[in-house]
Amino acid sequence: MAEHYYVPHTAKWPIVGSIGLFVMMLGAGSWLNQAAIGPWFTLAGSVIVLVMIFGWFAQVIGESEQGLYNRAVDGSFRQGMIWFIFSEVMFFAAFFGALFYARMFAVPWLGGEGAGAMTNELLFPEFDAAWPTAGPAQLGGDFQIIPAFELPLLNTLILLTSGLTITLAHWALKKAKRGALVGWMAATVALGSIFLYFQASEYVHAYQDLGLTLGSGIYGSTFFMLTGFHGLHVTLGTIMLIVITLRCMAGHFSKKNHFGFEAVAWYWHFVDVVWLGLFVFVYVI
Amino acid sequence: MSYETTLSHDEHHAEHPTGLKRWVFTTNHKEIGTLYLIFSLIAFMLGGAMAMVIRAELFIPGLQLVNPEFFNQMTTMHALVMIFGAVMPAFVGLANWMVPLMIGAPDMALPRMNNWSFWILPFAFFLLLMTLFLPSGGPASGWTLYPPLSLQGGTNIAFVIFAIHLMGISSIMGAINIIVTILNMRAPGMTLLRMPLFVWTWLITGFLLIAVMPVLAGAVTMLLTDRFFGTSFFNAAGGGDPVMYQHIFWFFGHPEVYIMILPAFGIISEILPTFSRKPLFGYTSMVYATASIAFLSFIVWAHHMFTVGMPLGGNLFFMYATMVIAVPTGVKVFNWISTMWRGSMSFETPMLFALGFIVLFTIGGFSGLMLAIVPADFQYHDTYFVVAHFHYVLVTGSVFAIMAGVYYWLPKWTGYMYNEKLGKIHFWWSAISVNVLFFPQHYLGLAGMPRRIPDYAVQFAEFNMISSIGGFAFGLAQLLFIYIIWQAARGGERATDQVWDGARGLEWTVPSPAPLHTFDTPPKVDDSVTVHSDTLA
Ligand code: HEM
Ligand SMILES: [Cu+2]
Repeated sequence: MAEHYYVPHTAKWPIVGSIGLFVMMLGAGSWLNQAAIGPWFTLAGSVIVLVMIFGWFAQVIGESEQGLYNRAVDGSFRQGMIWFIFSEVMFFAAFFGALFYARMFAVPWLGGEGAGAMTNELLFPEFDAAWPTAGPAQLGGDFQIIPAFELPLLNTLILLTSGLTITLAHWALKKAKRGALVGWMAATVALGSIFLYFQASEYVHAYQDLGLTLGSGIYGSTFFMLTGFHGLHVTLGTIMLIVITLRCMAGHFSKKNHFGFEAVAWYWHFVDVVWLGLFVFVYVI
Repeated sequence: MSYETTLSHDEHHAEHPTGLKRWVFTTNHKEIGTLYLIFSLIAFMLGGAMAMVIRAELFIPGLQLVNPEFFNQMTTMHALVMIFGAVMPAFVGLANWMVPLMIGAPDMALPRMNNWSFWILPFAFFLLLMTLFLPSGGPASGWTLYPPLSLQGGTNIAFVIFAIHLMGISSIMGAINIIVTILNMRAPGMTLLRMPLFVWTWLITGFLLIAVMPVLAGAVTMLLTDRFFGTSFFNAAGGGDPVMYQHIFWFFGHPEVYIMILPAFGIISEILPTFSRKPLFGYTSMVYATASIAFLSFIVWAHHMFTVGMPLGGNLFFMYATMVIAVPTGVKVFNWISTMWRGSMSFETPMLFALGFIVLFTIGGFSGLMLAIVPADFQYHDTYFVVAHFHYVLVTGSVFAIMAGVYYWLPKWTGYMYNEKLGKIHFWWSAISVNVLFFPQHYLGLAGMPRRIPDYAVQFAEFNMISSIGGFAFGLAQLLFIYIIWQAARGGERATDQVWDGARGLEWTVPSPAPLHTFDTPPKVDDSVTVHSDTLA
């Protein structure tokens, strides 16, 4: 193992990443401003960012395989990952906060509770506070919600099981049983993908049959933004799992040294925990 | 820069690119620190130019130079540029330069990501500033981007929101890097309670950043979807609430103001002991005070919203919680003053700025306490009194501390002493003009002049004119600052390694200018090299 803390002397990928993000954001902004080039820029930027991610990770993996990293470098990666996950937790916290605020304050006040009596009386006399709601103007029209104890419950079980399978994979890795490791990883990837498939079909069902859309007032807003960002994270997590599975097959990790694997496992557990919060607060209650 | 000559001969570092490539591809904490600091200085000038437009328009009553729409764009952009472009990057730059030197680390923990944190910023600011030149103009709703106003302007708001996302990504990565460096890269013997206070304050600031920047990202994302994708987060017709935006925004916003002041506290706590030639008084209580301020900063946010129509219980809670912050802040001011007590003091430029900081920041703290009183705030809210308050804490607080830090460490960076005489002129010129600029704004606010307006009633004319004169003078003084830095980078009297005879700590044991690579093998640390340990007293 290397003696010194490894400090690369140059870094070529970050600037590629910056340019990629810039082109992507410039494109997305132009798109929203009805500029025809918008979608193309967004696409080009995304491609650049993807290339950057693959290039950057490939470089780091290569250095790791060469044994350039010592315990301290490993520690930095671990701590960095933990703080990154914490920042993600806070991102979701903003949307959960919006959900709680809307349900506990905004909607009851519109219905005349507390100091909202006159607001209700003068502006929205017809409006009775209830949840779910699309607000006094019933924005987006009538809608029905997705019952918690059907597909969402199944999805909960799927994600929980995937948390189990990835742990079994970890145990296999620690016992250096590559066959079992790859098997359990494949099972985890499969469960993640099934979850995503169900989520997507639930969205289609909501839009086509239930009248529930992103525009369905505050309910639609919180429902789709929370589950949508979660779904994006599951997608990302699944891609990461696939990469790790391939790395396992290539024999990258050793019994003791497999931070790449652990980082993805942590991320997967984080996505899992967020889902539990979603299941309880978005679907059940 | 001259430290190239002392480049380490370790074959590892032999092929170091030169020219533009050197700066674009660098992973070195000192070079990245320099990039941050230069970026910050440019943003400071740009934001300053916008402030000059504002003060010129307000020089006399009536509309003279710019139209109201553009005026509003100036107040919005001025704040965004100063907060996200000048103050925050300056502190990150100082952390990059000094934290590894202070804890005996070879570099930052994640050097590639360090490069990325910086190199996102120029692109983010291009996106932001670009909107000023687009047909529907820049954002004009104030830096807080309150809906519904912020959503009633042009579709250019999309670019602003994306720019904020990018700045957030940059800040979060910068903060992660600094925290991990501090927790994972300390030299043997550098225990947590031996760390210099600048390192401590940054550790806590980093935590605040990671906790609240994502919340800002969430808030502006909701703005984006409300504006473009039909959501109703902030639309009462759909069951949402514009006030909800304010809650989410200020849950970020109040910790954010502490993000901009805690590292300043750290800098002041480094400088005072050096020029008083005494260890810092009450080191441990300083650490605890910083931590309590950080904790409290999460439960006071709605003091920005007293007049919005919160339930009475809410107003009372946030009033008392806010006032509690005065306790740890008082501990700090007390310790600073006790540090100087019976010290053998000298008054070089960094010390002058530090002293200016203590006096003037405290004025800002007092006006903050006044604003924290709910019934009083009903009168002061959205007036120039608030503007005076936050400029005392931010300009004579954060910015003065940054300048103090720059003068203090410049010899370590460049290897040359800056021109002390010009430094003193810069301090006095700034300290006097900044008061001419902001003190009258207290009176304007108490008399009822609202903030963010291009025109005003004639009874406000005198104070506005005085304020504008102070503003132009303060702006001019900063050109001198740039000249002094430029001069010290070019040459002058050689700095010794210790630079200041009262200075202690690891950063003063390396040569001036600090070579590109320091502490490749970690130093041994004990009480003899740390300045602040209580055991020294
Ligand atoms: C002694 C501690 C402080 C107290 C009690 C305090 C209190 C307050 C209150 C109550 C307001 C809201 C006023 C209103 O809008 O009606 C306010 C505004 C503000 N404060 Fe402070 N403050 C303190 C320290 C600071 C510090 C250290 C900073 C930054 C370094 C800061 C920056 C600001 C800013 C930027 C605003 C205005 C934000 C805006 O509306 O645009 N304050 N402060
Ligand atoms: Cu505040």
